[in-house]
Amino acid sequence: MERNKLSTLFSALLLGLSALGWQACSQGNSETSDLPYLGERQLVQREVDGQQVTDTAYHRIPDFAFINQDSQVVTSLTVQDKVYVTDFFFTTCPTICPKMKSQMLRIYEAFEDDPRVMLLSHTIDPKHDTVAVLRDYADRLQVNSDKWHFVTGEKDSIYSIALQYMVSAMEDEEEPGGFVHSGAFVLVDQNRHVRGIYDGTDPAQVDRLIRDIPALLPKKKKKKDADKN
Amino acid sequence: MLIKTKILLYGAGIAALLTLTRCFYSDKQNEGERLYTQYCANCHMDDGSGLRNLIPPLAGADYLENHRDELACIIQHGQTGNIVVNGKNYNQGMPGFEHLSKGQITNILNYVQTNFGNNNPRFSIQEVEKQLFKCRHLLEQ
Repeated sequence: MERNKLSTLFSALLLGLSALGWQACSQGNSETSDLPYLGERQLVQREVDGQQVTDTAYHRIPDFAFINQDSQVVTSLTVQDKVYVTDFFFTTCPTICPKMKSQMLRIYEAFEDDPRVMLLSHTIDPKHDTVAVLRDYADRLQVNSDKWHFVTGEKDSIYSIALQYMVSAMEDEEEPGGFVHSGAFVLVDQNRHVRGIYDGTDPAQVDRLIRDIPALLPKKKKKKDADKN
Repeated sequence: MLIKTKILLYGAGIAALLTLTRCFYSDKQNEGERLYTQYCANCHMDDGSGLRNLIPPLAGADYLENHRDELACIIQHGQTGNIVVNGKNYNQGMPGFEHLSKGQITNILNYVQTNFGNNNPRFSIQEVEKQLFKCRHLLEQ
């Protein structure tokens, strides 16, 4: 008898746990999942009606200006109101870059027709990767420059903006190709807050990134009607 | 309880056996695949598909047949300049791997020649040695 009771209890527990697990999983996949704000936060004091109020200011990517493969200036205004994915690479990179680019192509294809999403790849070797070199690179990848900007600029500006995205990038003669950098894909929202950092060489993490992007996009009203048809 | 322990023991035994046989069985055969993953797959991709018009494919590449005699030297010393693969132009430099031995290069070549849908004749270590002899002047002193 005692045994029966125990096994009933155990089954009930197992059922409860699976229900929880099920819920957790389906929440993870839903578009309403909340993505975190990454980076350091600052507390900002301000006065409202004579009272001190403390706001939390999330880490925000500062203004920037670079040149893309069309020799056009790409600034913070270019990405205004856009969700964008950014990375750091160089065209002669013999290690992880081609894999990163093949994964970035998957994101490109997933959001090709959605103007609310953009891609921004910075070269960390501006000396070699001139506009012409980036142009050739983008052409060979067969991608559209309105959607995917390959940018170059002052080396210092590129390296310091990498820090803002919390990505490591620096010169190192010991490394193959002469640079060390992470293969991170950084997801940035419409207000230039970093909302996710993913390993751009890992297809599973890029799957997750592709699923996470819609959570940052305003819901389309027509979606329901489209689903009905 | 006893039965459970027994099952657990059997399970562990079978798992250990499987791991062991796998090690013995696959070590040699998979060296080509392991080296390919380590040195080639970053650019040519795990499935040998390459990257659009930037990096040539190895899967179904006519280059592997047309330039068979040069392949060992290309792996050892890399390649620069324009090449044509399946009628398409590619111009991305390939780094060389001078520290790879002739045996390792043979294993990589055989992996490439017999995977990704390729069905090209295998290389012998002697053939690779002969090819490498022709480009030995490129070796750094």
